[in-house]
Amino acid sequence: MKDYDIVIVGGGPAGLAAAAAAKKAGSDSILIIERDRELGGILNQCIHNGFGLHTFKEELTGPEYAQRFIDEVLTLGIDYRLDTMVMDIAPDKTVTAMNRTDGMFQIKAKAVVLCMGCRERPRGALNIPGYRPAGIFSAGTAQRLVNIEGYMPGREVVILGSGDIGLIMARRMTLEGAIVKVVAEVMPYSGGLKRNIVQCLNDFDIPLLLSHTVIDIEGKEHIKAVTIAEVGPDRKPIKGTEVRYTCDTLLLSVGLIPENELSRNAGVEMNPVTNGPIVNESLETSIPGVFACGNVLHVHDLVDFVSEEAKKAGENAAAFVLGKAQEESGQKITLHGESGVRYTVPSHIDPKRLSDNLTVRFRVGDIYKDSYVSVYYGNERVRHVKKRIIAPGEMEQVVLLKDDLLKRPELTDITLKIEEA
Amino acid sequence: MTEERNLTCINCPMGCFLTVELTDKEITKVSGNTCPRGEQYARDEVTNPVRTVTSTVKVEGGVYERVSVKTKSPVPKGKIFEVMKDINKASATAPVHIGDILIENCANTGIPVVAAREIKEA
Repeated sequence: MKDYDIVIVGGGPAGLAAAAAAKKAGSDSILIIERDRELGGILNQCIHNGFGLHTFKEELTGPEYAQRFIDEVLTLGIDYRLDTMVMDIAPDKTVTAMNRTDGMFQIKAKAVVLCMGCRERPRGALNIPGYRPAGIFSAGTAQRLVNIEGYMPGREVVILGSGDIGLIMARRMTLEGAIVKVVAEVMPYSGGLKRNIVQCLNDFDIPLLLSHTVIDIEGKEHIKAVTIAEVGPDRKPIKGTEVRYTCDTLLLSVGLIPENELSRNAGVEMNPVTNGPIVNESLETSIPGVFACGNVLHVHDLVDFVSEEAKKAGENAAAFVLGKAQEESGQKITLHGESGVRYTVPSHIDPKRLSDNLTVRFRVGDIYKDSYVSVYYGNERVRHVKKRIIAPGEMEQVVLLKDDLLKRPELTDITLKIEEA
Repeated sequence: MTEERNLTCINCPMGCFLTVELTDKEITKVSGNTCPRGEQYARDEVTNPVRTVTSTVKVEGGVYERVSVKTKSPVPKGKIFEVMKDINKASATAPVHIGDILIENCANTGIPVVAAREIKEA
C-alpha cells in the first residue's frame, strides 16, 4: 500500500465533502477508507426527501444527495478503499487498516480527517426491564432492513424515542402497511425536528406521547407487548398511568453517539458533552494534523451542515500538509456555553488562524420560547438575537465576524448564553 | 367569517411557524414564513395539501435488491396510499440510474415515480 498525505476515515457525507475540499485545496494525495461496501454512508438508507436545501437549493433524497458528492469525488480522481476497516490511528498519524484483498496494511499519513459518524444508542443503555425477545430494533437497523434489504421487521409497531430516525421510520413503516400504535418520548419535548412531527406523525394520526416511556417488555421468544407509563419531572414512571400495547416490533430512537474509539485510542482529547473531539477554529483536534468533522465531532440534524463543516476540515487538512496553515499567534480564546447552551463547536479559537468568519454551532438543554441567544466577548454583550423557539432537537449557530475578533487582541473568553425575555 | 390556522412548515428543517388568515375560506394573509416556499406551503396546506412520497421498488439483476424511488413532484396528500400501491406493484431491471422513470403516471396523478439512486448490474 502506498503512502498518502491525507487519510480520511469514513466515506459518508463528511468524508466525501472533506476529501473533495482537500483535493480542491491542492492536495493530490488523499485516501478515503470506508468500511461499508459503497460510499455514501448512512445517506444510502435515508431514502426520504428533504436533504440538500441549503447546499443545492433543491430537495433531494439521501441517496441522491450522497451521489452528488460521490460523483465529485470520482471526477476529482480521489482514491478510496471499500470494505476496509481502520483498526488504529497512532498519535504519529500512522493509520492501520485491513480488508480481504490487501490484508492488514499501514499508511504513514501527514494528516488524518476523522469522519466516522455516529451510531445509535442501544437498548442496553436504557435499562428497560423485561425479557430480551426478538423484535426489538434500533430505528436505523429497521431503516436499513426496509430500505436496503427489502425486509419488513414487523406489522404492529411501537416506537420508543422521538429522534428523527424514529419519526421517519414511523411514516415509513406506515406506508409499507404496518400499524404504528404510538411513539413514546421520555422527555417533555421531542428530540426530532418539528417538520418530522408534522409530516411523519400528524399526517398519519400517529400519537406522540411526551413524558412517557416503556416500563415493561413482554414475550420470551418474540416481543408480544410493551407497557408504557407516564413519567414525572424526575423521569420516573407514575403509578396508575400504565397502558399495555400489543406489538410485534419495538423500535428504539433514543439518541446517537459519535463513534470515537479510534480517536480516543489515538489520544485525541474529548469533549464529555458532545462525546466528540475538542477542536479549534480549524476543526483540528488536540493532535496537530488530526481533524474532525460531521457526526463524529457532534451529532448534526442536517447533512447540509455536515458537508459545510467537512469542507472546512478538508481544506484545513490540505493546508496542513502543504505547509500553508497559518502559524499559531499565541492568542487562545476559549468558548463557553452557559445558561442553557450545552456546548459549542469549536471549543477554542486562535482568531489569526481564521480563514473567514467563524460559524459556532451549539445545542441547548431545554425548550426556550421567545428568548435571546446572546454572545459575550469577555463581559461585553456583542450579540442579542431573539428566537421564537430554541429546542434541544435543533442545532443552532451564530457567526462571529473575523474582523471583530481581530480587533480584540486581549480577548480570552467568549460566552454563549440563552437569556429569557 | 375570519379564521386563523397555525401550521408548521415542512419544506426545510427550519420548521417555521406559519399563520394563515382566512376570510370566508379565502386566504387573506400568510405570516411567519421566512422564505417564499413557506408561503406556498401554507397556501397548499389549507387548500390542497401535497407530499412527496418516497419508497423503494424491487430490482432484478442488480447489486442490491431494492432501488429507492420518489414521486417526481409532490402528490395530493389523500393519494399517498394509492401511490404506495402502484409503487409496490412496480419493478425495475438493473442498471438503474437516478431519474429513470419507473412509473409513468402513479395513481392517476399524472406524476411519475423516478429512481432516486444508482443500482449497478450484479
